[in-house]
Amino acid sequence: MAVGIVIVSHSARLAEGVVELAGQMAQGDIALLAAGGTDDGSLGTSIDKVTAALQQATGPDGTLVLVDLGSAVMITEMALEMLDEPVRQRIRISSAPLVEGAVLAAVEAASGSNLDEVAQAADEGSAMPKTHKT
Amino acid sequence: MPLTTADIQQWIQQSALVLHENSSYLTQLDSDIGDADHGINMDRGFQAVKMKLTNMEPADIGALLKLVGTTLVSTVGGASGPLYGTAFLRAGINTTGKQTLEAEDVVAMLDAAIEGVKARGKAQQGEKTMLDALLPAVDAARQAQSAQVTLEQVLQQTAAAAENGMKATIPMQATKGRASYLGERSIGHQDPGATSSWLLLKALADVSSRK
Repeated sequence: MAVGIVIVSHSARLAEGVVELAGQMAQGDIALLAAGGTDDGSLGTSIDKVTAALQQATGPDGTLVLVDLGSAVMITEMALEMLDEPVRQRIRISSAPLVEGAVLAAVEAASGSNLDEVAQAADEGSAMPKTHKT
Repeated sequence: MPLTTADIQQWIQQSALVLHENSSYLTQLDSDIGDADHGINMDRGFQAVKMKLTNMEPADIGALLKLVGTTLVSTVGGASGPLYGTAFLRAGINTTGKQTLEAEDVVAMLDAAIEGVKARGKAQQGEKTMLDALLPAVDAARQAQSAQVTLEQVLQQTAAAAENGMKATIPMQATKGRASYLGERSIGHQDPGATSSWLLLKALADVSSRK
């Protein structure tokens, strides 16, 4: 097993796209799941989708959740409150930027690191410059 | 006269009606400073609540409000889902086993609900959110209740304070929620969440007045 990753986004396509991008780096070695959009497919978040993804992704090594915008955090917190305590304790919500965080976390998780290490790797995405001043 | 389980049920039905009627208005407010879905989301959530209530005879006020909360969490889809969902869940926990609510029970219920919103959204007054309507409303409710006026008057003063709070969001710059991405451009617009909060509290006052 490895640390799982769940992408919570207001957009189903955004969540799936991030999973696609991060999955390319992880080569299918980890549980990497999208929970995007509402139940009827419109923009928003769905507690049922998030709960299902968390249950599916979370093995003994736990899960890191990456989110797009503020209310995705709230719905994830509510989903966590409804899970059993032992499962809940193995899930962490990341503050990392979605794309960088997901790619970094996927690489780290695929190499067999633990949840602390995967979470820390994702956080490093906040400090990665995209352009370099000359 | 205290509010009964039937009155609270009436409040929820009235809220569903008012939010349906104001759906375009709320979405218009949200399109100015947000993601243009607040009216649609609230209407979807409360229509789902209405459906649930047609097949249900609630055991007490707490059970009714908890059902409203869980339904909103799973159907609203926007930030208002977890926020109003938490508010109704906390209100339901606070009123567990109760068949009637006196003024002091209503104040305690509102207090529990609004503490839930604060905890869930990690927001404070002055950030251009629903709390700018809800916090003055619960303060007004507490003051009115300690002044020993009737429950109907307590609820009218609560709704009036929510309305003032809602209007006070117009000059505010948003620092929480989707509108915060607009920075200074959020100034000059009434907050949609504060508006739906006022509509809900006004519906409660109206149900009480009609008794």
